[in-house]
Amino acid sequence: MEKILLRFPGPAGNIPSCSMSLTAEQIERLARLARLAITAEEREAVRGDLNRILGLIDEMRAVDTAGVEPMAHAVAGGGGAGQRLREDRVTEPDRRAEFLAVAPAVEDGLYLVPRVVE
Amino acid sequence: MLDATLSELGNALARRTLSSVELTQHCLERIGRWNGRLNAFITVDAERSLAEARAADARRAAGNAGPLTGIPVAHKDIYCTRGMPTTCGSRMLANFTSPYDAFVIERFARAGCVLLGKTNMDEFAMGSSSERSHFGPVRNPWDLDRVPGGSSGGSAAAVAARLAPAATGTDTGGSIRQPAAFSGVCGLKPTYGTVSRYGMVAFASSLDQGGPMARSAEDLALLMNAMAGHDARDSTSLERAPEDFARERSLDVAGLRIGLPRQYFAPACQAEVLARVREALAWFESRGARLVELDLPNTARAVPVYYVIAPAEASSNLSRFDGVRYGHRARDPLDLFDLYCRSRAEGFGAEVRRRILIGTYVLSHGYYDAYYLQAQKVRRLIANDLEAAFSRCDLIAGPTAPTTAYAIGANAADPVQMYLGDIFTIPASLAGLPALSIPCGFDAAGLPVGLQLVGPHFAESRLLGIAHRYQQATDWHRRVPAQTPL
Repeated sequence: MEKILLRFPGPAGNIPSCSMSLTAEQIERLARLARLAITAEEREAVRGDLNRILGLIDEMRAVDTAGVEPMAHAVAGGGGAGQRLREDRVTEPDRRAEFLAVAPAVEDGLYLVPRVVE
Repeated sequence: MLDATLSELGNALARRTLSSVELTQHCLERIGRWNGRLNAFITVDAERSLAEARAADARRAAGNAGPLTGIPVAHKDIYCTRGMPTTCGSRMLANFTSPYDAFVIERFARAGCVLLGKTNMDEFAMGSSSERSHFGPVRNPWDLDRVPGGSSGGSAAAVAARLAPAATGTDTGGSIRQPAAFSGVCGLKPTYGTVSRYGMVAFASSLDQGGPMARSAEDLALLMNAMAGHDARDSTSLERAPEDFARERSLDVAGLRIGLPRQYFAPACQAEVLARVREALAWFESRGARLVELDLPNTARAVPVYYVIAPAEASSNLSRFDGVRYGHRARDPLDLFDLYCRSRAEGFGAEVRRRILIGTYVLSHGYYDAYYLQAQKVRRLIANDLEAAFSRCDLIAGPTAPTTAYAIGANAADPVQMYLGDIFTIPASLAGLPALSIPCGFDAAGLPVGLQLVGPHFAESRLLGIAHRYQQATDWHRRVPAQTPL
């Protein structure tokens, strides 16, 4: 099988190895935060993949960004340009029935979830 | 007919030597013949397409036709379509039908285009190969064992194999341009904010931008005339006067300053890719353009920055999939937490789960400053580099991707290898700049090579004009893949 090998030199000439590595416990915590079930069998593979990605990401951590304004959006003109607030006015018609119709479980016009309060 | 450009098809429709029904039928037959092998479409509804074609023919007969009335267009399955499934290539949305149309779908309907079907893609647009679809991999019409690029790979393959005269895509870090390059078609990512994101399933909202894919730059301009425009329902949609994206089609390339970033001609690229790009640049030089060497010193940081920002935004955007309001729902949940966790684990594929976890990590307490905030700052440095470059040149040129299309499965084991292939497309995404890819030749294996042109904000019509002049003198964009002959 063909393998594409690409290495683009960064400041250190290569992608640095991870400065830190996620532990199995951290993976469990992330999965809980993200509301994603991960089985015990999957955990090691996920850990390996995430650590490789963090190794790639680490490349940008050493860049000197003192005094640089963070860029949150790509809107031309920068800053808040284009990020408008709309008028506080009801513009949407009531389409409750249509939106409920695409839900996996509804009853009496309400979304169904497992019992939360005993 | 299948090989005609949109303006040729439009002329034939206007002269009534061709009807939209005939044209649509031809496309549907072609899809029936080739889609089993290419897997470019997830959903085709022939009855609906033909009904729209009949309506387009009636509109033309009534004298209300526009330049695209009656033209069939395939849409990436990330655009919400009322009355037709919108899956985003995911099991999560495998049975989802949107209650409303995306802005882009509305615009093409208003132009009188026929909705030809919904094209296959990497799940939630996360990928560069269109292998990561719940509906199976898309195949490249130039070599069926290779990927068509991604994430808009179904649209690219459909246009390349002449299943559709035009298609839409979306581009977050290269998802229009890279499949255009791998599949030998043309694709434009417009300036951020030019095409409304309303009804486009969100991946990374500060980067996502819809755009056209077609067989010529001239066709892209016609499609942009239909797609662009202000929409109050997207808070980042720009309020600008309507423009004709074809207005610079007679532009003179003499005197044009073309910037060549040293970092885009890296030795790590496939040699034939660089050779084909240099040949294209030599053509521009022969017509009086000036080639200007540039430095974009933060290029190597673009991929790392992207893999902080895009997953961070994705983890937030994809939190809406909870198994309650729409999408996949796990059976027999123990409690609400279990319903969330299992619905999401079952509904999302491995790459989507990885990106959600990375995004959750870089946004989590204690890591936000070191990762997310730092990435936003380096993003600014990358955008500043590009802005500075445009004081020395009118546009930037280079390869769209470092290699031609790779074999299906070649990068399956290592996600990071695939990420690095987007090094040349990500910078324009981070800066919100318009960029296009057009075919500029082939490698020894007969696989297409893409030339990327990047311009300053709102330079779409200029980029399209430059690409059009090149396409008047070359025929790379008119080559037909041997695997899917006419």
